[in-house]
Amino acid sequence: MVKIFRSRALLGIAAVASTLAIGYACTARQSGAPSILASDAAQKVYVAPGAKDEFYAFFSGGFNGQVGVYGLPSGRRLKTIPVFSQYPENGYGYTEETKAMLNTSYGFVPWDDSHHPALSQTAGEDDGRWLFINGNNTPRIARIDLTRMETEEILEIPNAGGNHGSPFVTENSEYVVASTRFSVPVPNRDVPIAEFKKFFKGQISFITADKPGKMAVAFQLAMPGFDYDLARAGKGPSHGWMFLSSYNTEQANSLLEVNASQHDKDFVAAVHWKAIEECVKAGKGVPQPVDYMHNTIDAFTRTATSEKISSVLVVEPKNCPGAVYFMPTPKSPHGADVDPTGEYIVAGGKLASVIPVHSFTKLQKAIADKAFEGDLDGIPVLKYESTIAGEVKNPGLGPLHTEFDGKGYAYTSMFISSEIVKWKLGTWEVVDRVPTYYSVGHLMIPGGGTRKPNAKYVVAMNKITKDRYLPTGPELTQSAQLYDNTGDKMKLLLDFPTEGEPHYAQAIEAKKIVDRQVKFFKLAENKNAMAVKAEKETGVSREGKKVHVRMTAIRSHFSPDNIEGVMVGDTVLFHLTNLEQDWDVPHGFAIMGAQNGELLVMPGETRTLLWIPRKPAVYPMYCTDFCSALHQEMQGYVRVSAAGSNVPLTATLSKGPTAAPKPAPAKTEAKK
Amino acid sequence: MRRPARIFTLVAALLMSVAFVFPLWRISLIAPQYPEGLGMLIRINNIVGIKENDLNSINGLNHYIGMARIEPDGIPELRFMPAILGTLIVVGLLVAASGKRAALVVWAVMLVGVFTGGLYDFWRWGYEYGHNLADDAIIKIPGMSYQPPLIGPKQLLNFRATSWPDIGGWALVIAAGLVAYALLLSFKHTAAPPRSTVPPS
Repeated sequence: MVKIFRSRALLGIAAVASTLAIGYACTARQSGAPSILASDAAQKVYVAPGAKDEFYAFFSGGFNGQVGVYGLPSGRRLKTIPVFSQYPENGYGYTEETKAMLNTSYGFVPWDDSHHPALSQTAGEDDGRWLFINGNNTPRIARIDLTRMETEEILEIPNAGGNHGSPFVTENSEYVVASTRFSVPVPNRDVPIAEFKKFFKGQISFITADKPGKMAVAFQLAMPGFDYDLARAGKGPSHGWMFLSSYNTEQANSLLEVNASQHDKDFVAAVHWKAIEECVKAGKGVPQPVDYMHNTIDAFTRTATSEKISSVLVVEPKNCPGAVYFMPTPKSPHGADVDPTGEYIVAGGKLASVIPVHSFTKLQKAIADKAFEGDLDGIPVLKYESTIAGEVKNPGLGPLHTEFDGKGYAYTSMFISSEIVKWKLGTWEVVDRVPTYYSVGHLMIPGGGTRKPNAKYVVAMNKITKDRYLPTGPELTQSAQLYDNTGDKMKLLLDFPTEGEPHYAQAIEAKKIVDRQVKFFKLAENKNAMAVKAEKETGVSREGKKVHVRMTAIRSHFSPDNIEGVMVGDTVLFHLTNLEQDWDVPHGFAIMGAQNGELLVMPGETRTLLWIPRKPAVYPMYCTDFCSALHQEMQGYVRVSAAGSNVPLTATLSKGPTAAPKPAPAKTEAKK
Repeated sequence: MRRPARIFTLVAALLMSVAFVFPLWRISLIAPQYPEGLGMLIRINNIVGIKENDLNSINGLNHYIGMARIEPDGIPELRFMPAILGTLIVVGLLVAASGKRAALVVWAVMLVGVFTGGLYDFWRWGYEYGHNLADDAIIKIPGMSYQPPLIGPKQLLNFRATSWPDIGGWALVIAAGLVAYALLLSFKHTAAPPRSTVPPS
């Protein structure tokens, strides 16, 4: 008996063990643990020390409000470009020169949520001039200059709430387009939320974007009060059109997860913006008063200024017939993505069981044939069958966003089934699928939304990382994944962590940008009013309770570095000019007790830190960026006396124990 | 002087004018922190950085070791050298025009004098810059001086300095070679009688 029991027990243990082993093996395979292919993958993403990546990739930081610059295929992070959020590392949003970038009609807003970077285009191709990105929460669009990788312009979007559906660039960067996620009362005012259908509108803004420093809302289209989501501009034959997805056509204002998921079909709006331009020219736009801000950085003072704008031109679709149509699309579509030929418009219906693809040719025919099933606020609603080119059957669950390889294939991210699905345009058959870890949102192919994709890689931007990295407490890293797309089947090459949520990204061949990188600013071109070009021009001055310190930094000292005569009650402005004219020699500046931040000053640039000392003391100040072998000596003091003290205001720099030698004396014989 | 010698003289004189346009000398510096390099070009009338701000950067670095600033305005030779070179060229053209061997000899002697004097002067400046160091220099290394090499490479602390003639300098070197050859031709032609004009049978 005992024997039998024992052997059964052993059998049982063995069975449990083997189940566990199988379970473990499954887990291992599912989570993409290293396999024999890993060495091959390692080679493909290995960028040797000193070698450079093939692509620049610009990842939005999601709720950190910034843009991260990464190299591909290595996934190495190169820089954070501060956009909508203050950035203590370099003083963006803290320095007097940059504070104004974060001004809005709601005041100074030091944070936002950035989602969709968009490279500027020429002839339907990424041209590497600028990167646009949206601020979701307090609607804004920023333009980042790619020679300096700095935000140099931010335009607030009026009459919008939740600027999620933006920015989407037209083929020659004529416009970046921003649609509102939340419909809001227009003009926004105190109304009962329950009267949503009466007062709420979904404004789509067309912003001129091809002139640096001159971004402006050219016109707004007053659409029905739905939620607008993603969009793409037409290309080639469909250039002049914009395709935008919408959901919540139910116009619910509460419990949207249920109430906005009732219609079988929502809409993709087809907007013929060239026709709207004509309507605007014909005077059919109505200027409406609304306040919003436009912030720009001057290239020479490198100082931001804000301008308040008080009007926007609004066009009602019903007053511009032939410009706006609705294409019914199942169900709560997210992406509305145009293929490189400009013919197909792929809608990713989050809750749909198929991926519907509209045809631009059929759209034109349907319009000509008036194949309408109705009308909504003067916008014709086309029959679903009249514009549909095909449906991808059983693609997976939760199709969100599609990009293209320019070779006849489309790649759609599947949020719920957590995979990327590759399918063929025209036959609509699925040809490949790879898992993502986990729950991919957007995917990205370099140039995958343009006429000229470079589909060597596919990048998945995931919403969940769970067990993919060493855990870091409840708040885990965010992550993206790189897939090799050079063969018939996609292959996972690399997981790489990102900062903030990598919501969406753009990638561009490095060669389009790398040679135009600015190495430093020319001191001679520095037009900051408080710049000093030489140490002898430095000094302190008092203007009532304000003390201006005009300082310079050069390896390895500040001039002046001893300041006396500041009194409690004063506001001190340190205007620091970095006199260096060499590559990679920034200087920093920090002073004890400063309640805002530090300065990080690039060569040739002037930055200003505002400091309010609260009590009499001697305050150390020092350079924060390790600049040289004598960086640790780069320091000084500010003496702060009690209010009303008679310590004279002075600023000094010791000349040192002996003077520098004179140039070598020229010998008499040498002159002959 | 026979025709070939006169032509070589003429070409040498003309070739020397290249030194008005292109630098005479190039001093390049490479260090771990300067993979892209720094450097100076010595022109007939100026000293400039190879890249826009190189001279400024070199002066900035030199302050650590107490070297004097390199200020082209403080170097009087840069003011005289164009006139000296111009004179040499004009003399060379006259020599070619006159065709007199004695004149060629005089010109050659002038060239030797100016070139060796110039090189010596260049070395002298390098010596002074490299040895005349401030007493309160930040970095002092006993026995170390920072004279750049006249020609070829030399390690100076973390920098590897390399000094070579540049296009203008090479033009002068070639011109000097041509003058030497012209001299050789003119003496050779006098020493040996003209060759027979009868073609070999």
